[in-house]
Amino acid sequence: MKRSRFTDFVTKEYKHIWRDPRTLLIVIIMPVLQMLIFGYVVSNEIKNADVVIYDQSNDYLTNRLTQKLNASGYFRTRVLARKASDIGSAFRRGDAKIALVYPPNFAQNIKRLGHVNIQIITDASEPNTASILDSYARAVITSFMGEISGLGFSSSINIETQMLYNKEMKAAFMFVPGTMVLILMLITAMMTSISITKEKELGTMEILLVSPLKPSQIIIGKVLPYVALAFFNSLVILLMGYTVFGLPLRGNLALLLGVVFLFIILALSLGILISTLSKTQQVAMFMSMFALMLPTILLSGFIFPIENMPKVLQWLSLIMPPRWFLSALKTIMIKGQGLWYVWKEILILTGMIVVFLTISVKKFNIRLS
Amino acid sequence: MKVASEVSGNNVIEVKDLVKRFGDFIADDKLTFTVGKGQIFGLLGANGAGKTTAIRMLCGLLKPTSGYIKVAGYDGFTQSDKIKENIGYMSQKFSLYEDLTVWENIRFFGGIYGLWGKQLRERSEELLQNLGMDQHRDTPIADLPLGWKQRLAFSVAQIHKPAVIFLDEPTGGVDPIARKHFWELISKAAYSGTTVVVTTHYMDEAEYCNQIVIMVDGKIVANNTPLELKKEYQAKTMNDVFLRLAQSASRTE
Repeated sequence: MKRSRFTDFVTKEYKHIWRDPRTLLIVIIMPVLQMLIFGYVVSNEIKNADVVIYDQSNDYLTNRLTQKLNASGYFRTRVLARKASDIGSAFRRGDAKIALVYPPNFAQNIKRLGHVNIQIITDASEPNTASILDSYARAVITSFMGEISGLGFSSSINIETQMLYNKEMKAAFMFVPGTMVLILMLITAMMTSISITKEKELGTMEILLVSPLKPSQIIIGKVLPYVALAFFNSLVILLMGYTVFGLPLRGNLALLLGVVFLFIILALSLGILISTLSKTQQVAMFMSMFALMLPTILLSGFIFPIENMPKVLQWLSLIMPPRWFLSALKTIMIKGQGLWYVWKEILILTGMIVVFLTISVKKFNIRLS
Repeated sequence: MKVASEVSGNNVIEVKDLVKRFGDFIADDKLTFTVGKGQIFGLLGANGAGKTTAIRMLCGLLKPTSGYIKVAGYDGFTQSDKIKENIGYMSQKFSLYEDLTVWENIRFFGGIYGLWGKQLRERSEELLQNLGMDQHRDTPIADLPLGWKQRLAFSVAQIHKPAVIFLDEPTGGVDPIARKHFWELISKAAYSGTTVVVTTHYMDEAEYCNQIVIMVDGKIVANNTPLELKKEYQAKTMNDVFLRLAQSASRTE
């Protein structure tokens, strides 16, 4: 009989979710949308990209290559650099995101040595743009090579790419874990805090408390559907990351899902805590926004690398739950490491759960008496 | 209307010297009263008089500090779980889930009170028929008029046939005609044997009760039938009685 009572409760909670179009939008559509936005917004086809040319030869072949670049429709010479440092300053000003460096004595070396080196330098702070521009430039140079071999030069051009600002191109791997953190925070922490305060606001919480249901049953019944939804969304995000964006899944899948589950519980205990602190849905929403979403985006290392932050913010990021989750996620997923390398993160996340739940229970009891 | 003097030995609520303290503050001071089966018991008092605390103790939500309390045969100190199973509760917001239909609300509240299977189905049908809302079983609560919500909330609070039903200012915000209809429902429930405990601000409603307790500053200052009270204080209406007694109050919320 107890079980049936509880099942009824969970069923009711599911109905609340399915019947509210806004909730449905947030829990079902948004994760997919965010994933696509983060993944694709910066990877559209690029036309007429500004390029810095640092031509140390300035002979008939290099001029021809530059012409060919401009004629391709992908590039437009913006800066003709006189010295190597001009490239860095053009990047810093945002004038261009790619630079081509032609060596001295280009035509001469091709004739005598049969090979030359061309260096491509990209601003990889926008990794997707950088890699697209790089591949465009390579394509143009390769076809240029074909043309000049038709002119009787049997020679090769070595292309060497250098990424500035983000050598490992790691941001491409950042947005999947980052999106996951955002979604989990949103669905578990924010939605649970709102749905619990909603019952308080409407007075149904009072009825539930007078009923034979135990307070723990009420809370667990309310959060359970969100646990299921959050877990489902994590799987979708991981799957999309793997299939659509080529994210590696190198580590142990069970360990990965275990860490995801741990973070869901953590976000949940935060949501419960917020619901004990707020009287209305609006308050709960704003608290979730300012106390959870902004720090998640700004301080977790999702968008801004922690290493580049001022010291004070680095310390602050230590108490941000998403920071540890992201770190564990990357270690498992991208580096393929096992439990031995993430035990510290797991311990910290577990500790945070205990702290948040203890405060919530204390607060809840105070309110009851 | 039945009369309080009919109260026999089968009391549904028995309270003696009941005290609730919050630190130094004595919210309820030595409350003593009994309520018989099928009675309509009115608990009146200004804000801060200790009504809410008393109701919460009677509902098993709050542990008393000292005294004796028995509700539906169960001890308020040790058997609050049992008390919860045997009482119904309706608040002034007549809270139902707005996004669920009439039928789903009935089923849900039946479910949390431990009804299930055939029993739940039959009881839900019975309730729907009695309300005359059969045609609206699939209507979301949000689309119902206020008076209907109130009647539905009242019926839902009785779905498990509780011994006592607590109504916390049940007619707030409802027009006079709907209020009158609602009191007919309350009388009907009492007539069928359910004890009704009601708090209200409307003194004309107090006239419908079989027994009235008036609280001032955490203490009971009057406990009698409306008729006897009016006689005792030589007042025409319950409102006059209340004003005379409540004037001495020093606590306000």
